[in-house]
Amino acid sequence: MKEAKPGWRELPFGAVPYKSSLEYHTGDWGVERPEFDLEKCTRCTLCHFYCPEGAISFDAGHPEVDLRYCKGCGICANECPAGAIRMVRKG
Amino acid sequence: MSKAITLKEAVKKPDLLASGHRLCAGCAEPIIARLVLKASRGAIIATTATGCLEVATTIFPYSAWRIPWIHTAFENAAATASGIEAAWRAMRRKGRGPLARYETLDIVAFAGDGGTYDIGLQALSGALERGHDFTYVLLDNEAYMNTGIQRSGGTPYCAWTTTSPAGTVIPGKREWKKPIDEIVIAHETPYVATVSPAYPLDLMQKAARAFETEGPAFIHAISPCCRGWRFPSNKTIEVARLAVETCFFPLYECRVEDGRPIYKLSPPSLAIAKRPERKKPVEEYLRIQGRFRHLFRPERREGLIERIQRWVDRRWEMLLEKADL
Repeated sequence: MKEAKPGWRELPFGAVPYKSSLEYHTGDWGVERPEFDLEKCTRCTLCHFYCPEGAISFDAGHPEVDLRYCKGCGICANECPAGAIRMVRKG
Repeated sequence: MSKAITLKEAVKKPDLLASGHRLCAGCAEPIIARLVLKASRGAIIATTATGCLEVATTIFPYSAWRIPWIHTAFENAAATASGIEAAWRAMRRKGRGPLARYETLDIVAFAGDGGTYDIGLQALSGALERGHDFTYVLLDNEAYMNTGIQRSGGTPYCAWTTTSPAGTVIPGKREWKKPIDEIVIAHETPYVATVSPAYPLDLMQKAARAFETEGPAFIHAISPCCRGWRFPSNKTIEVARLAVETCFFPLYECRVEDGRPIYKLSPPSLAIAKRPERKKPVEEYLRIQGRFRHLFRPERREGLIERIQRWVDRRWEMLLEKADL
């Protein structure tokens, strides 16, 4: 064992993901998108917590969907206690 | 105990699991992961065993994790979490190293049912025995969904999977679901809880308690899978709620005090315990899922449904006894 081997400091990194998935838009997966009836909406925020994509935000004080990521699963429309969300065709 | 979590406050907290991950539409796993991460106290490191959550959130070169995240093989999520904790303690002791400045560090391991019930059980058991301070989140979708719906130790009785096919002779899986919570509680784990994504506040509160617990904490989350359980993608939360309402998957917490497990039912299940007429028949839970379709079509298999109901009733009664109700 004469040959000098590199220590861990010299070894290259393994496969490290270096981009955020935010750059990958999954919005074109689904055919439907939620439409909010802001009159009926009680701002209970449940749709934000039930959204698998984290695509529904309340930053503006009312629900807003980020269509770049919404896959159109329909959970929000199915669970809205006020019946304020309905799924419509994208586009 | 830190400030109580409310939906109003939690909605303002940024998601630590970013959008753009490639889990199926209607998957429950990112819902659970987002809610757990929302309950973190500050500095947090995650590790995930092989499974849907891992492969779909970290497809090269993209990563959906906004926190330090470590890749793990299938069997050793708990061992990796132990290593993170040991490294953090060593850096604190020596006063140098990148983790030395964190007074508290939330370490969370996400694993599926395959990585917990079957492949990762020895690593989990070892980590619980050594008493490392970490939180283990079991995302139980009741089969190996990532590789194409093969049965696991967590698959319930009579469920169809590709390796337990339902036919005229064999009615799907012939074994019962492994009682993983009791296995973990038997390790005298300081904090064990079951959660359902249908109750987000309950989930976040339990995750916060798990992070605050000194020593290992175990969270068992039911994670309905629309592809593997065969239901429409918008029914995920409905199924997760029915699992609780039928007592197929009751919600409770268990703390070990003086070596004795103290069970406490959570509000959704406590309401059923107080008013048993609210308990729904398990048939409602089975009927909504295509993986149990052979119990109803072409003809109704009353005997099997009855058997599942008896199993649910027995386990529910045992839980009530343990919770002193």
